[in-house]
Parts: sequence; structure tokens; C-alpha cells
Amino acid sequence: MESTVLKIEKFSAFFGENQVLKEVSLSVPQNRITAIMGPSGCGKTTLIRCINRMHELIPGARVSGKIFLDQEDIYATDPIIVRRQIGMVFQKPNPFPMMSIYDNVIAGYNLNGIRLAKDEKDRIVEESLRKAALWEEVKGALYRRGTFLSGGQQQRLCIARALAMGPAVLLLDEPTSALDPKATSHIEELIVQLKDTVSIVLVTHNMAQAARVSDFAAFVYLGELVEFGPSGKMFTAPRDKRTEAYLMGKFG
Amino acid sequence: MKEPSIRRRIIYDKVFKIIIILLTFCSILPMFFIFFFITSKGISVTNWKFLTQLPKPVGEIGGGISNAIIGTFMLIGIATAFSVPVGILAGIFLSENRKGKLASLTRLCVETLQGVPSIVIGIIAYIWLVVSMGSFSALSGGLALGLMMLPVIITATEQTLKLIPGSLKEASLALGVSYPRTILKVILPAGVSGIVTGVLLSIARVAGETAPLLFTAFGSPFMNLNVLKPINSLPLMIFNYATSPYPEWHTLAWGASFILIILVLGLNLFTKVVTKRWKVQF
Amino acid sequence: MKMNHSKAEFLVLRSKTKTMRWRKPALSESSFRKILSIAGVFILLLLVAIFFSLVIASFPSIWNFGIRFLFSSTWDPVKSEFGAFPFLVGTLATSFLALVISVVFSIPISIFLGEYSAQGSTATFIKSMIELLAGVPSVIYGFCGLFLLAPLVRILEMKLGVAPYGVGIFTASLVLSIMIIPYSASIGREVISLVPSDLKEAALSLGATRFEVIRKVILPYAGSGIVAGILLSLGRALGETMAVTMVIGNTNFIPKSIFSPANTLASVIANEFTEATGSLYLASLIELGLVLFIVSAIINLIGKLIIRRMGVEG
Repeated sequence: MESTVLKIEKFSAFFGENQVLKEVSLSVPQNRITAIMGPSGCGKTTLIRCINRMHELIPGARVSGKIFLDQEDIYATDPIIVRRQIGMVFQKPNPFPMMSIYDNVIAGYNLNGIRLAKDEKDRIVEESLRKAALWEEVKGALYRRGTFLSGGQQQRLCIARALAMGPAVLLLDEPTSALDPKATSHIEELIVQLKDTVSIVLVTHNMAQAARVSDFAAFVYLGELVEFGPSGKMFTAPRDKRTEAYLMGKFG
Repeated sequence: MKEPSIRRRIIYDKVFKIIIILLTFCSILPMFFIFFFITSKGISVTNWKFLTQLPKPVGEIGGGISNAIIGTFMLIGIATAFSVPVGILAGIFLSENRKGKLASLTRLCVETLQGVPSIVIGIIAYIWLVVSMGSFSALSGGLALGLMMLPVIITATEQTLKLIPGSLKEASLALGVSYPRTILKVILPAGVSGIVTGVLLSIARVAGETAPLLFTAFGSPFMNLNVLKPINSLPLMIFNYATSPYPEWHTLAWGASFILIILVLGLNLFTKVVTKRWKVQF
Repeated sequence: MKMNHSKAEFLVLRSKTKTMRWRKPALSESSFRKILSIAGVFILLLLVAIFFSLVIASFPSIWNFGIRFLFSSTWDPVKSEFGAFPFLVGTLATSFLALVISVVFSIPISIFLGEYSAQGSTATFIKSMIELLAGVPSVIYGFCGLFLLAPLVRILEMKLGVAPYGVGIFTASLVLSIMIIPYSASIGREVISLVPSDLKEAALSLGATRFEVIRKVILPYAGSGIVAGILLSLGRALGETMAVTMVIGNTNFIPKSIFSPANTLASVIANEFTEATGSLYLASLIELGLVLFIVSAIINLIGKLIIRRMGVEG
């Protein structure tokens, strides 16, 4: 029996009058990779942005329902605290251009005014870069700005930056769609290694990637959670007709 | 139907191009004249004594512009101290509120303020500070110059921050950084180059201003470091000396003009260099 | 669950960050947003205060003279009789003459930089020179105008048999025109460079010469933008004080010809403000400032409106 890290209960999201998510209920298992798939505009990005409470930053955005992180209602907590426990990596790598690689990784602490001893900072930076499989490549250039890194390296830097905060869940919003195939496969290997330390929710429109990497998969269509289950089963024998149609490429 | 011959059209075309080029190059001639004239007349007066002495009374030879130089810097200092914080905050406000009634009204006011003639700004500083304080002062002069710097700084800040991609803000917020910290520690530093450019350009603009100082800072033959008293500045001194009937003072005015033009043009050049070096690539 | 060394460390980090006392930011989001709004409101209030300060301070003059202030041509501090008409004439005469002269140069510059030579070292050189022209302080223009230009104008006046003042409307307009060239030139250049190249190429492929393309395609398309640039340089000319004050001759009578000395709204304020005795005198000068403020504001806003519309379309 898998333990649950995120419990989403009858969750709906709105942009003004427009309902984008319809009473989604989902239990994200701990230390597993859960892929969220669906055609563009189906609400999968909105869903993960609701998990780290970024959706509400858009004027006119509204939510209803509950999401629990380890038994805590995240909508009853300060959103800043939620975002420190749930990290996010975006589609286009966005390291802070004015900061060095070192400062980028430790940015979550520096920007929040958290004072740490130098050796503790060094430790966190090295740990996070190792976990993001980037340490060997940048250890000699920690104090240089990250702009010389390739797209794939920049994305791993963003992953390290998110990991440095010690989040319980890592949300990945189509993290490889802006990268070349070689970088993509590096990141996919990395994600599989990471599931021991964080629970991963991966939004992807690339079915093959979801099949390669995920343990569990959710199919979202027109704001509804159509199907959820172990990936192996879902890709070979989907229960719902809509899931089957999507997997066969009938719509994208 | 009479059609102009092709040869005629080609001649018109060539003549037109020549006229355009001629007029363009003619229009920049004044620049050379001014620069040449000021340098030739001013450089002979400029020496260390000139820069460090106080002006002498009429009839006495020599004297310098030290109080005007110090005064110019003091006035710029006061103006910057007031206009930079207000201007940057207003610029952040405008870039964070693209739509919205208050923001649109504010933008309108910034544009209007930019177009207010400098002498009218001087009248305002007179009404607000000179009348209430009962005397001319460096403070009122600084206020006038600050009012002129304000719209330039606000616009530069707004335009710079608008160019920063939203992904930077998202990256910071997703780390659990609060909105004020995101703006002050991530967005603002990313836009530092453009903002500093705006500040430097506005300083270059007011360094040469005279009209707003005529009845605020007023001018003075003495060295004055007290912000509550009248103070001299380079442009004020040039105006007073150039329009005086004394040839010795005219000579001083040439020297002062030389120094002023070097200051203003140097500042413009410096701004260009700084902008290039500090520009953040996205 | 597989445990390994780094995972254990990570869990320790996680529990640490969970229990760590996160310092609440000193500034909450709503307070910060309020401060930003206050900055915006401040600017609003500033402009309102400027307008009302001018109105209130000119009130003695408004009350005393009413609307005939604008049409009376007597400016007599001794008799406390004040009228703005001579200065309106002086302002309009110098500004429009300067505008006409400057347009002769700024439109060619716009065409040169926008069409013939948009890139390259020549373009950069010309652009920098124009920027430098705009950066020279007004008082230096006045100084050079007084000592360089006025003697030449004096010679011209003697040749023409007019009173050889050297200073006057003509000299002031000349100096002013040089000062406002950069404003209309840079805006004109931008609008011209925004003309879509497919329009130009269509005309060229039909066999038009470059001159004809400029005349029949580019200028009509960029027309309103160029006008906006001219309006903005007019706004600049109206408010220009120091250079004009130094070469206009400073008399308070309606000028009879373009070689007569005169005064503009700005120059009479500059000359007489510190010597104004009596509250009516001062109020009248401030009322002149109010007129200047209103006229400049209207012209600038019209110009900016046109530019914004062009920017959206182009």
C-alpha cells in the first residue's frame, strides 16, 4: 500500500467565470513519480500551479476544494510556507541571471533572509548540485554566473535550486520540452534517481516520456481527472475510452 | 498624358539625396562651432586656481568658480536624494500595475510633468519653499531640480522593469520568497543597469539647468555649504557673468562654460559605458 | 523504502526546514503594495498641487484683470497695469519661426537616418552628434548666441538698413531652432524606420525611384508621427527660457518686425521675477507661468497621444 504525500480532494479551479479544473480528486503517492498527462489546455499545468499556490497569483483566479500535504491543508497555511515545501521547476529554465551558480542554488535561503553559516551553505550547495547531477560539471565554476551553461545544465541548476530547500514534493512543469534529446534523457535519468528523496509530480505532453519515467499516471481531459493508476497498467490497458483515444494519438 | 522622362526622374532622385545629405551634415555644424568656440575661449582661463578660488569682485583680475562647482554638486545631491527613491518606487508601481485606473492616471501625470517648462518648475519651488522659508536656499533649488529629474527616473524604471521576463518573478515566488522581497531582491537588481542609466541621464539634464534656479537657489558670490542659504551653480554663474557688462566676467563665463560642457558631455559618455557593462542578459 | 546516506541527510534537511522558524518578512505583501500605490498617488497629488499652486498664486492678477489680461499690451509695473499680449506675441513668433527653421533640417535628418543610412558608422556618428546637440545646456546656447550669432545678425541688420540691435526675435528664433532639432529629428527617424519594408519594396519593384518612394509611400505613412515629433519640439520651444532670454532683447512691447527685440512668456519671468515688487506684479508674472504651463501641457499631450497611437499601429 503506497503512502500518500499529497491528497487532492474535489478540487476545482477557476479563471474568473471559466472553470478549468472540475472536482479533481487524486492521491499522489510518496517517493514515486506521478505523471500528469493530457492534451494542451486540459488543465494539467493549472493543477500543479494550484498545488504550490501559484495559480492564485493571477488576477481573477479562484479555487475550491482541499489539498493536503502530509495532513496539512495547504490552503489554510501561508502560501509562502507552502511554496517552500513544494518546489517547482519550469518549462523554460530560469536561473537568476545576476547571480552566480552558488548563489542560485542557495537563493531560496538568501532571498528569504535566512542566515546560515558559510560551511552549512557550502554543504547544501554541494548536496543539491550532486543530487541534480551537476556538481562535477560546475564545481570549478561555482562563483561564475550561470549564463554560460547549456539549456540542460541550466535546468539541472533550477532543479538543484528547488532541491536545496528540502521540499517534500517537486513539481516539474514539462521540464524537458525546451531541451534537446540528449539533455532530455539526462534529466529523465535524474528524475528517476530523485524519487528516493522527493515525491515527484511530472506534467508532460510527451507520452513516451511518461511511459519511460513514471510509476503512476493521471490523465486529465477538459479539466476532469479521467483516469489514474499505475503507469504500466494505464499504458497497456486503459480503463476509460478517452484515455485510450489520447494514448492512441487521436487527439493531442 | 505627359510622363516625366526616366532621365529626369533619376536626376530628381540624385539631387534629392544630395540635398538630404547636405542638410543633415549642416545641422550638426553648430555642435562643432559651439564646442570649438568654448574650448578656445575657455581653456586659456582654466587652471587649478580657476577651479579652486572664489570669484573676485568686479575690477579685480582673476578669481575662480569654486563655489559654483561645489554648488552644482550640492544641488544635484539634494535633487537626487529626493527624486531617486520616489522615482524608483513610482516606477515599480507603474511596471507592476500595467492596467488599472490609478496607474493610467499616474502615467498621464508623469508625462505632463515631463513637459512642464523649467521656469514654471522654478516658480513652483519658489511658492512652496522660498516663500515659506522666507529666503532663497539650496534646498528650494534642489527641489526644483528634483522635480525635473523625477519623470525621467520614473519612465526609465518602468521601461526597464517591463523588459524583465516574468519567468524571473515566477522562479523567485516558487521558492517561497515573498512578493516584496521578490521585487526588491530579484527584479530590481535585474534592472539596475536601466535604472542607473535613467538616473545618470536625468542628472546630466539638470546639471546644466539655470531657469529653475533663478529664484530658488538664486546664486551667491560666496562659498556656501548651508542648504538653507542661497547657493551658486555653474549655469547660474555663466548666466550672470555672460549678461554682465564686464569683460573680465565674460572671460570667467567662458571658462565656466568649458567646465560645464565637459561635465555634461562627460556624464553622457559615462552613462553609455556604464549601461553596457552592467546590462543583464536574459 | 531504500535508505541510503544522501537520502537520510536529505530527510534531516527536510525536517529541519520544516521546523526552522522561517522569519516572517518584515514587509507584508499588502503593505508593500500600499507603499507602491502611495508613490503613484504622490505623483498625482504633485501635479494637482502644481496646478493649484499656480492658480492660487496668480489669483490677485486673475481677479484684477480677468480675461483682458491675455489681450492687453500694457506691461507697466509703475502703474500696476499688466497684460500678457506682448509676450504671447513674442512666444508665438519665436516658437513658430524656430519651428519652421528647424523642420528644414530635422525632416532631412529623419529621412537620412530612417531611410538612407539606418545602420553603420555614419549613422552612429550623426546620431551621437544629434544627441550631443540635445545635451548642451540652454545657457551655453544663449552665451554662444549672444557672442557668436548676435554680432553676425547685427551686420545683417546694418546691411538691410534696420536698427542693428543684433538681438531680437530673429536671433532668438535661430538659436531656438538649433536647440529643438534633436527632438523632432529623433521621433521622425523612429516613425520613418517603422514604415513596413514590404510597402517600400512594392513601390520599388514597380520602378519608382527612391525619392518617389520617400515622397509617395514613406512620408504619407509616417506623416502623423512626424507631425507629433514637430509638436513635441514646439512644446519644448515654448518653454525654453535661458537661451531665449539672453538673445531676445528683453523689451516689453509688441515687436514690430522680426528684427525687433521682444520678450517671451518665459523670458519676462526670468528677467523680472526677482525684482518684482508688490503682490500684483508677482501674481501677474505667475499668471504668465500658468498660461505657459497650460499651453505646454496641451501641446505635449497631443503630441504624445499621436505617437502612442502610431506606436500601436506601426
